[in-house]
Amino acid sequence: MTLFGYRLPAMSSLLLWALVWEIVGQLDLTFFVPPLSEVLVTLTAVIGTAPFLKALSETAQAFAAGVSAAVLIGIPVGILMGKSRLIDELLLPWVNMFLSAPLTALVPVLMVLFGFGMKSIIITTTLFAIWIIILNARAGVLQINRSLVEMARSYGANPFQAFYKIYFWAALPEILGGVRIGVIRAVKGVIIGQLLISIVGFGALFELYANNFLMAHFWAVLIVLFALAFSVSEVLAYLERRVSYYAASR
Amino acid sequence: MVMPQIKEAVNVPDMPQSDNAVVVRGVSKTYGEVEALRDMSLEFPRGQLTSLLGPSGCGKTTLLKIIAGLLKPNSGEIEVNGKPVKGPGPDRAFVFQDFALMPWANVLRNVAFGLELRGVATSEREAIAEKYIAEVGLAGFEKSYPHQLSGGMRQRVGLARALSVDADVLLMDEPFSAVDEQTRRKFQEDLLNLVQHENKTFIFVTHSIEEAVYVSDQIAILLPRPSRVSEIIRPTDLRHKNVDNIRRDPEYLDIVDSIWASLRSYVE
Repeated sequence: MTLFGYRLPAMSSLLLWALVWEIVGQLDLTFFVPPLSEVLVTLTAVIGTAPFLKALSETAQAFAAGVSAAVLIGIPVGILMGKSRLIDELLLPWVNMFLSAPLTALVPVLMVLFGFGMKSIIITTTLFAIWIIILNARAGVLQINRSLVEMARSYGANPFQAFYKIYFWAALPEILGGVRIGVIRAVKGVIIGQLLISIVGFGALFELYANNFLMAHFWAVLIVLFALAFSVSEVLAYLERRVSYYAASR
Repeated sequence: MVMPQIKEAVNVPDMPQSDNAVVVRGVSKTYGEVEALRDMSLEFPRGQLTSLLGPSGCGKTTLLKIIAGLLKPNSGEIEVNGKPVKGPGPDRAFVFQDFALMPWANVLRNVAFGLELRGVATSEREAIAEKYIAEVGLAGFEKSYPHQLSGGMRQRVGLARALSVDADVLLMDEPFSAVDEQTRRKFQEDLLNLVQHENKTFIFVTHSIEEAVYVSDQIAILLPRPSRVSEIIRPTDLRHKNVDNIRRDPEYLDIVDSIWASLRSYVE
């Protein structure tokens, strides 16, 4: 983007908002918004501490496990739905329902079913991520060129070979798009799980800081969380661009 | 292309009439209410190129896919080398109208894909693939991806893939219809060379009368509604002619005219 003839660097809007934040903070309008500089100082102070690292590792573990489950189950289920009319008819209503359902309301049920520990948090994370992954994998398979499937069959591919040599790769651009959105939803899932199920990880930190009105700490952890989610999503967006060259020619 | 052009007339020994690579007997196919093929019977002599020619909707691609084992007929049977067809098999290889290349795989892997599915070891199948990539004139493009190639080059990849599995029967579904006119003429000449040198049976679907007469040993004219074989034409002398002279040969011109005369009433 250019402004008054100057080419603005990428993400310069962030600088503008950082400035606005700093000014609002310095004006001391509300305890809710401390100055950004204070948040950043707190961030550097907090980031190496044992409680923070413990929270980070607890959250990362639950997040990784939940996303892995969503990917490993979601992609094959989505591909199968795209391939088989029968499976599609059976599962599609449920997938659509859970995609738009307020999953937070299900968390208490999960606690009853799976207890108050890590297991419930992981399942919550998976539930937030999996539906969009399924739907995107399904959409990717539905637009595969028929003759590519016929090619695999005519050259003797068995259903398993067709699945992982043709369907997966042909649907990969859509699959990666689904995983990227799913990962972002999983961040929400893991924090909601940590707040509602058992107070661990970043959820515990948020609870602690908010209850004690430590807003600089609160914002610092939020920035860390945002940065982590943004990085993961950018890595996936990069992979998506790597395969987009063949999205048009399947 | 590295394939040598045939400059001298080559005598094709007459095949015994009984030696058919593919036999179609009483095949019918319906899609719901629509009758695509009714009681169709046809024989494809070994080592020759047979064209299936007809207006759109005459079921020529349906018949080709039934022979390939990709579609099941409602009744009737197909025999390849005397054995009934139950599904796709290694005795047949398919060349697709839209090439059907894997866009995420390079030329080498695309050409070797048929062998990959059969579990041939990597080094062995790549050696075979390289040989056929060179044979269709794509040497040096092994590491290229399909989107980096022109339409004509992509179809050469499709052809190399079909050749590399060493099937007896090559099934070609309007293989040159998606490439430009000059490339198509080159392909047609190269196809004549292939028929001469590879001891394979070619079944070639086309909607171009000139193309069918130019490349075929035998032309089956299919008519629609209900689909049936109306006529089988065997050009007698064209095979012995120089490829450069076929298009001005009186027999070529007569056959093109007579086919058009019988098809024109079916074209809207």
